[in-house]
Amino acid sequence: MRINCPICGDRDRREFYYLGASDYLNRPAEGDLDAIHKYLHIRENPAGVTKDLWHHEAGCSSWLVVERNVTTHEILGVELASEVAK
Amino acid sequence: MGYNAFQILKEGLTGNKGWRPVWRDPEPKSEYDVIIIGGGGHGLATAYYLAKNHGIKNIAVLERGYIGGGNIGRNTTIVRANYFMPGNSEFYSHSLKLWESMEQDLNYNTMHSGRGLINLFHSDGQRDAFARRGNMMCNQGDDAILLDRDGVREHLPYLDFENHRFPVYGGLYHPRGGTARHDAVAWGYARGADQLGVDLIQQCEVTGIDVKDGVVQGVQTSKGAIRAKRVGIVVAGRSSQVAAMAGLEVPIESHILQAFVSEGLKPTVDHVVSFGMGHFYLSQSDKGGLVFGGDLDFYASYAQRGNLPMMEHVMEAGMALVPALGKAKVLRSWGGIMDMTPDGSFVIDRTKVDGLYMDCGWCYGGFKAVPASGWCMAHLMAEDTPHEVAKKHTFDRFRTGHGLMDEEGTGSQHNLH
Repeated sequence: MRINCPICGDRDRREFYYLGASDYLNRPAEGDLDAIHKYLHIRENPAGVTKDLWHHEAGCSSWLVVERNVTTHEILGVELASEVAK
Repeated sequence: MGYNAFQILKEGLTGNKGWRPVWRDPEPKSEYDVIIIGGGGHGLATAYYLAKNHGIKNIAVLERGYIGGGNIGRNTTIVRANYFMPGNSEFYSHSLKLWESMEQDLNYNTMHSGRGLINLFHSDGQRDAFARRGNMMCNQGDDAILLDRDGVREHLPYLDFENHRFPVYGGLYHPRGGTARHDAVAWGYARGADQLGVDLIQQCEVTGIDVKDGVVQGVQTSKGAIRAKRVGIVVAGRSSQVAAMAGLEVPIESHILQAFVSEGLKPTVDHVVSFGMGHFYLSQSDKGGLVFGGDLDFYASYAQRGNLPMMEHVMEAGMALVPALGKAKVLRSWGGIMDMTPDGSFVIDRTKVDGLYMDCGWCYGGFKAVPASGWCMAHLMAEDTPHEVAKKHTFDRFRTGHGLMDEEGTGSQHNLH
């Protein structure tokens, strides 16, 4: 698996750390415990296309949103998380 | 049909022409008392114990593929009860006892082999942690022996004890741990369930779960609608998809775990050996293949195959521990889909839909749990109360934070286990 980092270009999967679903970008308001539970634990976990957060830790250190088909490991698109979260 | 030595001798002398299929291949009825979705090890064991322990006769197991084709046929066959946390400790202890009586109970050779399991440690701190774990195992009524380096050397002379990064300080020896023939476990429970009247329906995909006013009514399948008062979802690997059919959201992320088998070799590895610091474990099958694996690939995946970096990591760890492994050729590798929960422990619980139950979240440890999972899921579905040894394994522990079973002490969040 290779990931096309918008800053560094096409790089080996080993340079990246996987965090999880890009839902992590939508942090709920403090105090709403059910929303925090859902944010931390509940996953849609589709058997198809996902958007996940990856950290290019051995490269430019950017957080990326990687669109990927989890049944084939095909990478469909990569964006900077800072752009997605705007 | 019961099996015995005389019959095997007779069939052996007469060309093995007398063997018959050991379970029926029925068409589904329009209604059952209980439907189990998923004909893997856990689903089959659930159906078996529902019939055997609770006297429920009208049961169907619905399997999308074929019996034994999922994770029950894709694991590394290790059986152990070396857990630490209250909740897991008593559950796996119960499971190991069921393993030890399984062959007599099922009249089926599941090739259970209590050959002993050794977890290696490589520092004083790790020794203390393993001593504590061993005490917990003894308190639970199971067996654990703390071995020093010479003690490990007696059992495992082929290790590289002078490894510079992780010199072997000793190991926690769990003599009753071991392996079993994974396919035979599925076949044994399938045959046992069938003999008790359970309909095993293969090639029958569940496409929907019917819920009316918060009560389960039955399921929609590729072979038509089937009604049932109680439905159990026992489909680890696809839990999120099947749960979604009933409008349920579950705390599961699916990950890939790879495993490997070498060519057949003469008996070399007598035990199950785990090298936690290198993310590597090893045993030898009765056919002679070295069976080994490592950690998750660590990204969400439903592909039943992994990527090369983890393969390389596992081979490096194996070579670091057992340099002789370099002489063996890897024959096969494969991947299985793991239901990963935030705390790394499983769930056997009711759902918000009345009559609908879930057994899921087995992470990378489902095989050893097969008998107790079936036992406890059957109890939950028959009595509508959790079994004593599985009552801590609720969905709600993640929401409340109470009773988390974070065996590795790394935190209760996805991607930490």
